[in-house]
Amino acid sequence: MIWNKEIECADRETMRALQLKKLKETVKYEYDNVPYYRKKMDDAGVKPEDIESLDDIRKLPFITKEDIAANYPTGLFAKPMEEIVRIHASSGTTGKPKVAGYTRKDLEIWGECVARAMASAGQDSKSVVQVAYGYGLFTGGLGAHIGAETIGATVIPMSSGNTKKQIMFMQDMKSTALACTPSYALTIAEGVAKEGIDPADLPLKAGIFGAEPWTQGMKESIEKGLGIKAYDIYGLTEIVGPGVSISCDENEGMHVQEDYFYPEIIDPETLEPLPDGEIGELVFTTLGKEGFPMVRYRTRDLCYLMREKCGCGRTTVRMSKILGRTDDMLIIRGVNVFPSQIEEVISKFEELTINYMIYVGRENNKDTFDLEVELASGLAIDNIKFIEELRGRLDHSLRDMLGIGCKVKFLNEGTLPRSEGKAVRVKDSRNL
Amino acid sequence: MLIKQMSVFVENTTGRLADLTKILADNNIDIKASTIADTVDFGILRCIVPDPEVATEILKKAGFTASITEVVAVSLEDKPGGLHKVLKILADNDIGVDYIYSTIKAKDDEAVIMIKVEDPQKAIDVLTSNGIKLFSMNELSK
Repeated sequence: MIWNKEIECADRETMRALQLKKLKETVKYEYDNVPYYRKKMDDAGVKPEDIESLDDIRKLPFITKEDIAANYPTGLFAKPMEEIVRIHASSGTTGKPKVAGYTRKDLEIWGECVARAMASAGQDSKSVVQVAYGYGLFTGGLGAHIGAETIGATVIPMSSGNTKKQIMFMQDMKSTALACTPSYALTIAEGVAKEGIDPADLPLKAGIFGAEPWTQGMKESIEKGLGIKAYDIYGLTEIVGPGVSISCDENEGMHVQEDYFYPEIIDPETLEPLPDGEIGELVFTTLGKEGFPMVRYRTRDLCYLMREKCGCGRTTVRMSKILGRTDDMLIIRGVNVFPSQIEEVISKFEELTINYMIYVGRENNKDTFDLEVELASGLAIDNIKFIEELRGRLDHSLRDMLGIGCKVKFLNEGTLPRSEGKAVRVKDSRNL
Repeated sequence: MLIKQMSVFVENTTGRLADLTKILADNNIDIKASTIADTVDFGILRCIVPDPEVATEILKKAGFTASITEVVAVSLEDKPGGLHKVLKILADNDIGVDYIYSTIKAKDDEAVIMIKVEDPQKAIDVLTSNGIKLFSMNELSK
């Protein structure tokens, strides 16, 4: 289902014309209302009227995480607090949270974008959407909520946690869609299996999952465990929250709501734009947001863009799955390692569950790299050889993927902590 | 005469084995024989219990990777050469031995060992035809 055919299926010229009009307005608005960015533009010698084409966006300075931190809490807001009706903040891993303010119009934009996502996942006014993202400063809960309300679905605002109750409501309220983090979806799927419920008996049809990177393998585990089709929703607090982009039935990347969020891919080292199809850092400019507008915000997320026409009929640009983050990349013994690469390898082993934990440390000035994985409970293990053979195959696959080896430790299924929100998969105890 | 042995994967951390034995104790499961194959970070506990299917399910529910393996329980004369007599029969008949362990209880002149072989049915045939006494699950459970 397509929520807004006029925009989502617009021809490229119409979209580019709309984007250029909105980009000019955005840059002028930012220049006039955010002194910090105005200074940045002045320092770079660029004025709002210098933006005459979409490519002129390259003249504009970037906004980074550091810029947001330097303006904590509301220094980059473009509207006075009396016009701000909602605050969210990202669960920053270090330092102060990144605070976002929404005007009433911003909430409408957000609702529209998440409505497109809900429709893409097959939901409509007859649907029952169970929101198991956390509610609060985190944008997950209220973001999914506003989209489900916009399409007129029945919303069950469960928030995260209390897995048993989630499953009970899912059955009793006949939820048609579940919105939560993929790692929590997996926890719920395990709960369903534990209670001996056949996923085919659940009314659930779709899952709208995001807020953390996940692999195709994990997607398949969730789809099987809950008997659903899983959709990828992407977003970040600094831009709006979930709903910036959404996958469709084709499962070939996520459609960006590019009439509101203009994407670019840059080389994170040289900061130069990269062509479609090349992996680099995703940069967004909001088009039309009032409270906390962003121009060329560096997301730190790594992905690539696809502009070929999609089989679903939408013409909007697609972004690939997030392949890593420039800041959750681990450098181990000089090699770049992304947790998603490890997840990808593990997901191909039937003998293992999808759960894992990475430990990085330092001993005698050398990095240590340990990985804990879980053996699937149905395995028949009577001898050491079985495990050592498995270890050998896993080690080989990991070396192929990463270029370096790690020490693998096998655990019984269920030993690793289960996620109720964003999963913690890495412990880096190096103090570098 | 095949004996159903329970095999359990156990992480090599302090107290983990005690977690397992507590579950067996709480469920009134008697361990008739046991052995552990151990490595640096994990071990495999093999044990003979009266009702291995039930015990395996209980351990699985508690989060252990547990399964059933078929072994043979052999009576030995408790004197020099007793074990050799049995192993020679197996070797002469080209039956490979994966592992051996002894039971906790043994009579004065008789020992009972558990043997895991590649082809248990063939082992049973050649051992009985050579006059070696084997035990059934019932006899072990006494």
